[in-house]
Amino acid sequence: MALRGNLRDFTVTQLLNLINLANKTGTLLVEGPNEVARIAFRDGKLAYAQLGQEDNRLAAILHRANRLTTGQLRVIQMRASSLSDKELGLSLINANYLTQEDVLNALHAYFTDIIRRLFAWVEGTFHFENEMLPPEDRITVRLDLENLIIEGARQLREFEQLQDEIPSLDMALRFTERPGANLQKMNLSVEEWRVVSYISPRNTIQQIAAACKMNDMEIRRIIYGLLQAGLVEVVRIENVPAAVEKARAAAMPAQNKEEQKSLVNRLISRIRSI
Amino acid sequence: MQTVKMVVTGPFSAGKTEFIRSVSEIDVVSTERKITGDSERTVKQATTVAMDFGRITVDEDLVLYLFGTPGQKRFDFMWEILSEGMLGFIVMVDSTRPETFREARSILETFRAYAPTPYVVAANKQDASEAWELEDMRHALRLDSKVKLLPCVATDKNTVKNVLLELLYSILAEMETSEK
Repeated sequence: MALRGNLRDFTVTQLLNLINLANKTGTLLVEGPNEVARIAFRDGKLAYAQLGQEDNRLAAILHRANRLTTGQLRVIQMRASSLSDKELGLSLINANYLTQEDVLNALHAYFTDIIRRLFAWVEGTFHFENEMLPPEDRITVRLDLENLIIEGARQLREFEQLQDEIPSLDMALRFTERPGANLQKMNLSVEEWRVVSYISPRNTIQQIAAACKMNDMEIRRIIYGLLQAGLVEVVRIENVPAAVEKARAAAMPAQNKEEQKSLVNRLISRIRSI
Repeated sequence: MQTVKMVVTGPFSAGKTEFIRSVSEIDVVSTERKITGDSERTVKQATTVAMDFGRITVDEDLVLYLFGTPGQKRFDFMWEILSEGMLGFIVMVDSTRPETFREARSILETFRAYAPTPYVVAANKQDASEAWELEDMRHALRLDSKVKLLPCVATDKNTVKNVLLELLYSILAEMETSEK
């Protein structure tokens, strides 16, 4: 079934979040007004990126990262154009010209830069091709998406959208139970760390904002980033059993627990028989 | 006569009226009006402006009422009124319209804030070829794995029954948990 839609309704940050949480493997094709981006993921991690007709062969990427001079790039393009990226990478490493780390760092920087440019796209359509990966001869990476998601969320400035995302500040937050998420590996800002330190199902978002001396907009923006990165989730404020009881009492004609259960069981039997 | 009520909510054109119509024993008392906005009219011709109202008689002492909320945001003042005293609620989401997912989440959060009652999310139009997969919807809607996200086709009585039953099981489970 389809994973497709419009960027006006679903931002790039939200798409990255979905791919990250679902550990998806495949290629996200985003068609903007002027060009098409192809972003490949393996198990929810960024593997490869290509933007429009931009030269994304390894030599061009290393040149952009100042690891190859223009002269060297020209020589490679003339004499080694038949080499695949993997072969070229190996040749440069074996010749002790570059280390494996240099190559990977250049690729990381290039791919993340493409994602950053995508954050600015607000018009366009997207669809995700399951299991579609770049050609075998290309070098792929394995980059966690959480930092990129937080960065994307930081760029979100529209208050209305943030208000839609977090309509009530009277809710609390708790850390999600995601074994893969590691807070230590994230590049959180000082403000984000301050908010993180107050996260507890006993504190409302409003209380956290007050403790951190932040206005509604600031707290919403930070929490939106943490939500998108899958670090936290919104929960009802703790100690609500009394409120639950009260709500149920208001909803139930029967006050006795056993009668209430019997009433629900009667409803179940009736619905089954429809 | 005892009465209980459940609320069916969700964005505009999610399928709330159809959902109630599939199981109600009376013709749904619908307050649909012709749509005036161009963008909304492209989706459907009429919409619920106050509420839908369906009924299921359980026995001579007990009646279940199903209330459908108006989907358009400008009628959200009705939501709080409808949510008062509900046993639980169902959030309907159109699986083929990802542009409504954000609004669905916002409606869900709003209803959770109104009343801490059990709820389920029904992924409607799962029979359509362009429907999103349930797991993708779960992530897009940012639903915890414990939240029931159920496949649904609002015009198919069996899937509607299943959604109602799952909500009732959740209500029962919460009662049992609170006893411990």
